[in-house]
Amino acid sequence: MIREKPQSFNTVALKERLTIPRQSMPEQDPFIRSTNFFEVNLGLTPEQAVIEAQRCIECKKPTCMDGCPVNIKIPDFIQLICKKDFLGAAEKIMEDNSLPAVCGRVCPQETQCEEVCLVGKRFEPVAIGRLERFVADYAMENGNGSVKETQIPQPSGQKVAIVGSGPAGLAVASDLIKEGHEVTVFEALHEFGGVLVYGIPEFRLPKTILRQEVANLEAKGVKFIKNFIVGRTMTIQELMEEEGYDSVFLGLGAGLPRFMNIPGENLNGVYSANEFLTRSNLMRGYEFPEWDTPLYRAKHAIIVGGGNTAMDAVRTAKRLGAEKASIVYRRSEEEMPARNEEIHHAKEEGVEFLNLVNPIEFIGDDQGNVVAAKCLRMELGEPDDSGRRRPIPMEGSEFIMVVDMVVIAVGNGSNPLISQTNPEIETNKWGNIVADADGRTSMDAVFAGGDIVSGGATVILAMGAGRKSAAAINEYLKSKVGSSA
Amino acid sequence: MYKIISADFIAPNVKSFIIEAPLIAKKRKAGQFIILRVHDKGERIPITIADSSAEEGWINIIVQGLGKTSAHLNTLEAGEHLQDLVGPLGLPTHIENWGTLVCISGGVGTAEALPIAAAGKAAGNRVISIIGARNQDLIIAESQMAEVVDEVRISTDDGSAGRKGLVTDVLQDLINEGLKPDMIVAIGPLPMMAAVSNQTRDMEIPTMVSLNAIMVDGTGMCGACRATVGGKTVFVCVEGPEFDGHLVDFKELGMRQKMYKKQEEESHKCFLEKQMKKIKAEAMLEEV
Ligand SMILES: Cc1cc2nc3c(=O)[nH]c(=O)nc-3n(C[C@H](O)[C@H](O)[C@H](O)COP(=O)(O)OP(=O)(O)OC[C@H]3O[C@@H](n4cnc5c(N)ncnc54)[C@H](O)[C@@H]3O)c2cc1C
Ligand SMILES: Cc1cc2nc3c(=O)[nH]c(=O)nc-3n(C[C@H](O)[C@H](O)[C@H](O)COP(=O)(O)OP(=O)(O)OC[C@H]3O[C@@H](n4cnc5c(N)ncnc54)[C@H](O)[C@@H]3O)c2cc1C
Ligand code: SF4
Ligand code: SF4
Ligand code: FES
Repeated sequence: MIREKPQSFNTVALKERLTIPRQSMPEQDPFIRSTNFFEVNLGLTPEQAVIEAQRCIECKKPTCMDGCPVNIKIPDFIQLICKKDFLGAAEKIMEDNSLPAVCGRVCPQETQCEEVCLVGKRFEPVAIGRLERFVADYAMENGNGSVKETQIPQPSGQKVAIVGSGPAGLAVASDLIKEGHEVTVFEALHEFGGVLVYGIPEFRLPKTILRQEVANLEAKGVKFIKNFIVGRTMTIQELMEEEGYDSVFLGLGAGLPRFMNIPGENLNGVYSANEFLTRSNLMRGYEFPEWDTPLYRAKHAIIVGGGNTAMDAVRTAKRLGAEKASIVYRRSEEEMPARNEEIHHAKEEGVEFLNLVNPIEFIGDDQGNVVAAKCLRMELGEPDDSGRRRPIPMEGSEFIMVVDMVVIAVGNGSNPLISQTNPEIETNKWGNIVADADGRTSMDAVFAGGDIVSGGATVILAMGAGRKSAAAINEYLKSKVGSSA
Repeated sequence: MYKIISADFIAPNVKSFIIEAPLIAKKRKAGQFIILRVHDKGERIPITIADSSAEEGWINIIVQGLGKTSAHLNTLEAGEHLQDLVGPLGLPTHIENWGTLVCISGGVGTAEALPIAAAGKAAGNRVISIIGARNQDLIIAESQMAEVVDEVRISTDDGSAGRKGLVTDVLQDLINEGLKPDMIVAIGPLPMMAAVSNQTRDMEIPTMVSLNAIMVDGTGMCGACRATVGGKTVFVCVEGPEFDGHLVDFKELGMRQKMYKKQEEESHKCFLEKQMKKIKAEAMLEEV
């Protein structure tokens, strides 16, 4: 990407920059944090942030920006940090990303912006994610987190319904409210944020951040309606024909838990990751009985899977008091899709990793409670379609583990609720909604983006898809006004 | 917040609520349910929509106080509010003109059977209702049921009303009298639905049951509500709640319903203790 270089505020000589060590993230002590749900990462100090920003060598071709799915102007915001203009840096980020406090925490930076940072070629990359989080938190504490609204947009007279309040939906809302449209977000659950509130635990992403983001959008005029299931409470057609919405965006997420289809999966104590995490996060089961929703507190929990979801579940089980909480993954650590940071944190907290192991049956007692898992050891063969080496069961390797809770975290499919009620919206063989690069679906005026289109992906990709759809919706609405005028 | 328009006990521990919910009232069909939360730290519980008025914008639910949440709910009065209410959830009951429809219900299940019996009647069926209860006081909605069906038969465990015995005994009586049911809908406690399904399996009478699995979201996202039907796992909240009774694994569902028994008892105890304190404090205030 060739662009004009931002004004430099870095006072450190170029050569010296490479000698500055990457600033480490202050963290809660592993021993203490594995018993509480407070955030693990405490955030850089302002001094650390400036030092870290000074590590940037101000590349002519800032490859970091190409690594970011929404092309945040990374060099620009880093220079503003060097200048100690933290609010300015936050505003710069928010030109491209409306949820920086979220992305700075949960983005897989190591495979995106930071992976391609030039400094990272020979040294450790600039900690872009940590800087993003720092300025976003600073802005929330010192400037209410919202970009100054320089002008209130002219009302366009157009109404947009956004279905789902995950990162995709929130990104669309944020972009379209700036264009003067009337924007309403409909959410099935009783809290807004999608996976960010029901899936990702408090110790990784505090819920107050999301409430603040939603409040900011509300202040700008976005309407939020909870407990409203599109397809059940009202259909897409009714929203358009009876309620007068001119366009609809579907940001439904990939909310359908996959199971393994092995015997014993319906025993008590065998959870999908979605259920376990929803009971803990959305319903605050970890504060039972102060909060009403019960949740198992296991002695020995196993979590099947190797993604972020599995790490979140195993660390939650540990915090709920498990003596032993283990990851059971059928490939090796190298193939694990989870972020390195999460794997590292889980290990520090005492999580056991049983790699190259796959359960084949869960065994219950006469009350239907799970008491053991029958597993096989695996070895890696030739690469499969995903490019990862295929796990193959080792003959005669069967063994039994005593467990009192199992969480299945082997991925999510897409929720069929909308496609059931709207067969005219085309879906593919995995149930994902088919949409073009700008989010257009096969139904007129209806757009879609995020996990419901891509399958389970990441927060920033969902937001990126939302932003593209927002631009297309805006264009669609303008052409509609143009043609009717 | 969702306003309670009226709240009245209709049997010991069973309360009927009329709640303001215009969108749901407009949409709901027989067999569908809502999920509610009583207060902001509350759990989400599913309750069937027993009745509704699209014109007046309300729904009617009938709640049996079992554990913490339903007991708390049953302390609420007209004018108070529910924290959250979402729906209508689940698939509507499949209704057609089968010929003779027998609706068998027990406990609060009668409230859930009522809209189905009414829809069955409207579709042209001859509808017979069998209502079972432990004793006379626990029978609910008998008169409403009588208004919509052709005949109501009652059974009680102690014989205080109707025939002494179980609903399955009444069904056997009817069949002995020459009745040939074309369709049976059974709604109530699991053991009752299991017994009816067992009884009708050999007679090859199609039997539909409404499964009350433990739920969380009610949108198919979590899988808490799974049950085994015909050897396959189903999500009751989106694929049900009604299924072919002859195919349901009742034993598994029964065990799954007891999954949180220990925690539920703890939670209920906490609640009752708080209630007692509140009552004592109020009594003391009155004395002063
Ligand atoms: C446990 C877990 C951990 C993760 N960790 C990370 C991470 O560290 N980093 C990262 O980048 N990504 C992570 N991900 C992935 C990331 O969270 C998702 O890719 C992202 O949230 C997708 O956003 P979305 O807006 O498409 O959908 P979602 O966040 O799923 O939101 C969809 C929303 O739509 C609502 N909805 C669905 N249907 C309807 C309807 N019919 N009517 C009304 N509302 C409806 C749902 O209730 C939900 O709130 C994680 C995912 C999980 C499950
Ligand atoms: C689709 C559906 C429709 C329902 N309709 C009604 C209705 O119209 N009226 C009504 O009173 N109840 C209805 N129920 C049952 C109601 O949801 C439960 O009684 C309620 O969740 C119990 O919560 P609690 O905290 O009060 O009791 P808990 O303390 O959770 O449970 C008390 C006892 O009830 C059992 N139990 C727990 N959950 C359920 C459940 N989902 N179904 C049956 N037993 C359960 C437990 O094993 C326990 O012994 C329905 C359930 C479903 C799934
Ligand atoms: S949004 Fe994510 S990928 Fe983009 S700069 Fe921030 S941390 Fe990097
Ligand atoms: S690639 Fe790295 S060093 Fe270069 S501008 Fe981006 S952050 Fe700075
Ligand atoms: S209640 Fe969560 S999937 Fe049915």
